[in-house]
This record gives sequence, structure tokens and C-alpha cells, in this order.
Amino acid sequence: MEAVIKKIKTRNPNEMIINIGPQHPSTHGVARLVTRLDGERAVKIEPVIGYLHRGIEKLAENRNYVQFLPITDRLDYVSSITNNMVYVQAVEEILGIDVPERAEYIRIIMLELQRLASHLLFVGTFGADVGAWTVLMYGFRERERILDLLEMVTGQRLLYTYIWFGGVRYDLPEGFVEQCRKTVDALPSYFDDYEEYFYNNEVFLGRCRGIGILKKKDAINMGVTGPNLRACGVEYDIRKIDPYSIYDRFDFKVCTQKEGDTLARFNVRMAEMRESVKIIQQALDNLPEGDYKANTPKFLKPPQGEVYSRVESPRGELAVHLISDGVNRNPYRLKIRSPAFCNLSAFPAFAEGDIIPDVIVNFASIDIVLGEIDR
Amino acid sequence: MDIIEIIMGILKNPLVKSAIGAIGIITFLSLNVLFLTWLERKLIARVQIRYGPNRAGKFGLLQPIADGAKLITKEDIIPKKADKPVFILAPAVGFLFAVLPAVSIPLAGGLIVSDLNIGVLYIVAVASLSTIAIIMAGWGSNNKYTLLGGMRAVGQSLSYEIPLVLSIIGIIIFVGSLSMTEIVDAQKNIWFVFLQPIGFLVFFVAAIAEMGRIPFDLPESESELVAGFHTEYSGMRFALLLFAEYIHMVVAVALMVALFFGGWYLPVISTFISSMSGIVPVILEAGIFIVKMYIIIVILMWIRATLPRIKITQMIGIGWKVLIPIALLNILITSFVLVVLK
Amino acid sequence: MTAESKPETKPEMKSDILDEIDSKLKGVITDSKVQRERRLVITIDGKDIVKVCQTLFDMGFDHLSNISGVEYEDRFESVYHIWSYSNKNLVTVKAVLPKKEPEKQPEIDSVTSIWRSANWHERETYDLMGIRYKGHPNLTRILNPDDFEGHPLRKSFKLVENPWYDEK
Repeated sequence: MEAVIKKIKTRNPNEMIINIGPQHPSTHGVARLVTRLDGERAVKIEPVIGYLHRGIEKLAENRNYVQFLPITDRLDYVSSITNNMVYVQAVEEILGIDVPERAEYIRIIMLELQRLASHLLFVGTFGADVGAWTVLMYGFRERERILDLLEMVTGQRLLYTYIWFGGVRYDLPEGFVEQCRKTVDALPSYFDDYEEYFYNNEVFLGRCRGIGILKKKDAINMGVTGPNLRACGVEYDIRKIDPYSIYDRFDFKVCTQKEGDTLARFNVRMAEMRESVKIIQQALDNLPEGDYKANTPKFLKPPQGEVYSRVESPRGELAVHLISDGVNRNPYRLKIRSPAFCNLSAFPAFAEGDIIPDVIVNFASIDIVLGEIDR
Repeated sequence: MDIIEIIMGILKNPLVKSAIGAIGIITFLSLNVLFLTWLERKLIARVQIRYGPNRAGKFGLLQPIADGAKLITKEDIIPKKADKPVFILAPAVGFLFAVLPAVSIPLAGGLIVSDLNIGVLYIVAVASLSTIAIIMAGWGSNNKYTLLGGMRAVGQSLSYEIPLVLSIIGIIIFVGSLSMTEIVDAQKNIWFVFLQPIGFLVFFVAAIAEMGRIPFDLPESESELVAGFHTEYSGMRFALLLFAEYIHMVVAVALMVALFFGGWYLPVISTFISSMSGIVPVILEAGIFIVKMYIIIVILMWIRATLPRIKITQMIGIGWKVLIPIALLNILITSFVLVVLK
Repeated sequence: MTAESKPETKPEMKSDILDEIDSKLKGVITDSKVQRERRLVITIDGKDIVKVCQTLFDMGFDHLSNISGVEYEDRFESVYHIWSYSNKNLVTVKAVLPKKEPEKQPEIDSVTSIWRSANWHERETYDLMGIRYKGHPNLTRILNPDDFEGHPLRKSFKLVENPWYDEK
């Protein structure tokens, strides 16, 4: 018998163990929740992960710095530019590369577009998990427009490998700025549509309000980050608190909520999308001319060093602990701190004791991506 | 004896008559269901800014046939540990109990297979039996998800059967009869939806719950229980379960039309129709009935496209704490008004 | 290598935190430096980890961001990245574990009693690097299956060529 089953089993005849996942419509990939049920109530939940483990950290030690960059896309495949960013930023910090101004602005635009795409996917799939499939389609419609923009720049729709050491891989194509402005300016009216749909819908509010309450203190102690933490009332956004790139030049709010329930987590993401739009607009307004990439060598050989670089990914604090020994062209050790991993580890604490529909909604609300959890 | 007389004689035989009725009902329902699956997919697709089926035939109208052919030719899988007799019987039972209530729903004046004098009672009683099929499917599959689906179906049935029946009692008090034909005839001048608005609302909500459609599709809620009670079914058995579900909807909507929307009566047009003779009025009346049905069905599909699913605790709460008191209140008010009027 | 190194800026603003840590943990810290603004690195001996972490936690370092295990030729390191929401500093604690017998699992005390987030991080480090955390409530493999042999991130773990096609 599997260890996890053995751990969770009881002799109580009224309880049964059910596997939610790895193949299940609502696990967003291959997460598995071994759940002990008393009727419909989930008495104990034990997440089991690793079904998508590809050994990316080991791969990093066997590839050189440039070769590893495309692999970072495969971490959080919903927001791959963020992963490029965190890795590139770590390598740049060891190497001491200065990034041209224009490249920094392009990075911000792309990162925020990626955040929008990721949050729109969240809104869609969250709707689907609540049972409102129509919202899924609406979320995908807007996401599609953003993917079109990203495709325009990178030629890809999912795994971009766009952010490069010392800048970005390609310059913005002709007409991008206008196109991007047009798309981004139109977005808030769509967000209004979503809000009208969700917040006037008693059924939806009834499903989300007061479900899965995570207390501020617990959230901090359990390492929850990102929108999930902000939903508990902690004003923590690495873009604001510990700014990287040029985020300190932009005017945006850190969106927080007090309640810490499922609805708060949803609200934070809805509000964040509007802030992202603001950031993109500012970046487009101030986009300078110049180089899009610093003059970096083809093969990188960073000096000996150790760095912990963090960015605010759509899911929370994404960080890379990179150690270079100064001898090899491969990273000596690369550890990825994935936000969804930590958020999922806190999941049982606030989902246990709820009935199955609530567990599903809770699970959807923490917005995990398995590629990042399992690495 | 003349050959026509012989045929008429055979047709008068009650056994033959019911056989023809049965075939007629099943054909009618099946055609409707085939069309409805297409309509539902198309409508929901339009709400969701998609195109829906558009490859098979004009507007994808042949899609249901293609789906049917696919499901029939699929391998029939019975899980190794399944309770075989129960597992195999469940779809058939579901289909049977979905079709049976249609027997005493009148489509037009005189167009009814069996005008029972306890029609309403019969319909409600038989319709509630279809829950048994869901429990059978849930138990027989020997899967925890299907079992949970079956459990939910029981809870749902228990808490929504009662308001459903209570909401009809107001009408029965008005008409003073349980026969469906008489109930429809009583609405010649004014439909019961205007006389019994509260009763109608209760009936509408309870009927959606009985049909198991969003927002009450808990026994098969796909994001929670994978596919609920029909998780383990495939091929023809799955098709039959799905078919039963749609038939359930058609029958419930037909009942709604007959009880609250005046059946085949339309305010002005009905006087014209009644002056005609032969088979024409029957066809016209049936047409009116079907149009009314489809209007309600479209509303149901619209609801499905817009609302999320509620959860099981809320659902049972609504059933017991909201619908039953309202339905009881409705009976009280109706009786009181009638007593005062007399 | 054309990359020029950044001009050395003295990260002065957070040295008071370092002083505080130094004074509170006198004799425990073997090495400490300010890497850059808001980044402090302290090196300690593995056996003092709970004491150091508890002190840091009491000072307001409430967010255990990450634990990573690193293998060097002569030692293992269990590296803790700890962030403070109140004073906004990131402390990197490197707990050094001597490598006596290379194949043996080094041991260190678990910090799950201080930060619950350490639970999965420690499990992961145990799974991939083979560092044993004493006092952990459920020290089992997390990313690899239960019956997996070895610890993949050890330098001694050799990757096996497994052609995806059948060579026969």
C-alpha cells in the first residue's frame, strides 16, 4: 500500500478515501489530493505531487546557461516569460550585466501582458470549476488577444523564451505599440463585464464567500505568497516592496483584501489585472528608443557567486537560488522556489473540513500550475 | 367484412391502441431529444461566443445522428468490479421511468395515450422513480465518484419531490380534479401561471432540480465528481442515460406547459381552432403545445449557459427552508381565497 | 567575458540589522556579509540551526521563502532564505553540514516548528539532496515516487542514458 494512503487511513467505517486526481477535471494538471471523506465532508486532505517531475534542477546542472533558458519556460507554462525573467535576472546579477533602458521597458510590458494572460486564464478556469462554463470562454477570448500580442513579438503562443541575458531576444515589431495600446485600453471594459457577471450573481457569491478562510498569521507562517497572501490583508508585492527591474518607476497599487476567503482571492486577481493594464499603459507611454539588448557574449561563464533572485510571478514569489562555481559553463546548483509549491503546501490547512464542492473551489482559487510545482 | 372495418376493429383493441401510443410517444420524444441536443449545443455555443456544431449537415443539424452513430459503435465497457446486473439495468430503468410519465400528458385535445383520472399523481409518482436509475448507476459502477453522485441524487430527490407536489396542489384545489385533460381545459380563459404565480415559481425551481440541470446538476457535476453517476458508462449505455436525461427534461417541461401555460390553449387563436373540424385542430393544438414547450426549454438552456452550479448544502437548504414553506403558504392562500369567493 | 562588474556600492542601510543579528548570535555565526542592499548572508554550523532560526523569527523574519540543499566537495549546505515582512530584509542562512562519509545522509534539525512552510521544502531537499531533517513530522519523498533509489541532485547521481527509441 502506498505510504500516503497508509498515513491517511482510519478504521472508521463511515469514512472513505477518495483520490481527487491525478486525472480529474478540476486539478488543473496532474495534482492529486488524497482525501478522506465523511459523507461529502473532506476530513483530511493530503496533496500528492510529482507526477510532472522532470528534474529541471538536475537538467540545469547538465546544461550551460544559455541552453537552460528555454527549459525555464516549461516551469510555469502559463506564464513562461516570468520564469525567463527570474532566471535571466539571477544570471545577470552574478555576471553584473547592465540592461539597456529600452529592454527594461519591453520586459515590463511583456511581464505584465503575461500576468494578464495568466490571470485571465485563472478567471476562466475558476468559472469553470464553479460550474459557469461560459466564463471560461470569455476569459479565453481576452487571453487570446493578449496571446496575439505576445505572438507578434515572440512568434510563440505559450513558451516564449523571450527575455534574454542583457535584454530581450527581439526588438518590438513595427506596429506593436499601437496594437498593444488598442488591446490594453479595451481590456478594462471587459473586466467590467466580468465583474458584472460575477458580482451580481448570487449563486457565484454564495459559492465563494466565506469559503476556505486563510488567516493572515497562518498564511505568512505557511509561506503563502502572491495574490493568495494579499487576499489575507498582507500588502506584499515584490514589485513594490523589493523592486526589481524598473518597477519602482511605475505608479500602481498593491491590491489587497481583508477576508482571506475564496472570494477575496478572486477579487485580488480581478483588481490586479486593472493594475497591470495601468503599468502597461505607462510603459508604452515612456518607451524609450535604444538598444533592446546589451552586448553579451554567446557563451556565458559567470564568475564564482551565489544569488537569490526573486520576482513577483502571477502566482506569487518566484525565486531562483543560483550558484556558480566560476569553473563550469553550467550552473553549479540551481534551485527554483516555486510559489505554487508553497501555496499548495498550505492548501490542506484551510480546505480541510469543507465539503467537496468547497474543496474544489478552494483548490481553484489558489491558482496552481503543476509544471511549476513538480519542476 | 370490409377490410377497413377490420383495421378499425383492430385499432379499437386496447392492447393495440396502447402499443401505437407507446411507439408514438417514444418516437415523438426521441425526435425531440435529438433536436434538443443539437439546439442546446448550438445555443450554448452562441452564448459562449463559439459556433457550436457546424460540420455535419446544414448548421450541423446531423450532429446528433453522428454522435449517436459514434456512441453505438463504441466498445461497451463494463468495469471488472461492477455489480453487473445493476450496472446493465440502470440505463434501461432510467429510460423507462423517463418515458412513462409522458403517457398521461395531453398534447392536444384528445391527443393523449391514457387520460387517467389520477393523471397528475401518476406523473409525479413515476417521474420521481427515475432517481432509482441514478442510484443504480451510482452503486453498480462500484466507483466512489459515482456513489457520491448517487447519494446526491437521493438527497436532491428527497428535498425537491415534496415542494414539486405541494406546488401542484394549488391547481388541484382550483380544478377539483387530478385528470390532466381537465386541468388543461380549466385554463381555457386564464392560465394558471397567472392564478398561481407563487406555485409556478416553486414548481419551476423544483422542476429544474428534478431534471438535474445547472444550477442543480449536482449528481453529475463534472468539475467535482468527474462525471457523477455516469462516470463509468460508455458507448450505448452512456447514450441511453443521456437520452433519459433529455427525455426527463422534455416531459417535465410538457408537464409545466400543461399545468401552468394552458396546454394547447392560446387566448384568441383557440376560438378559431375550436370552430374547425377533422384532424386540423389537433395538429394546430399540438403545434401550439410544442412551441410553448420549446420556449421554456430555451429559457432552461439559457439558465444553463449563465449560472454557476450551487453546492449540495445550499441546494438542500433551498429545498427545505425556502421552497416547502412557500409552497405551503401558496396552498393556504389558494384555499383561503377559494373559501372566501364561494 | 565582457561583462563588466558593477561599481561597488557600500550597502550601508541594513548593516544595523546585521549588527543586531551579530550581537544576538555571538559565537554562533562563523561568517557574515552584506551581499547587496537588503541581502544578508550568514554562515553557521548545522547544529545551531534551530537556535539561529528562532532568533531570526523573534526578530521579525517571519517568511521562510526557500530551503535549498547544496552539495560541495567537502560539505553539504542547507540554505535558508528568510524574508521579513516588517523590516524588509532577506537573510540567507547557510547551515554547513560536514561531509564525512560521502554516501551517508547528513542530518540537521528541522525548522518546521518555527515555520510550517518548511515542511514541504525540507521534504523536497530530503528527496532530491538526501539531507535528513531530524524532527520533521513526515519526512518522505515528495517529488519522486516512494520506491525511488538515490537522491537525484547529488553530484554522484549519474544520469542514465535512456534512448527513447528501441535500439534493437
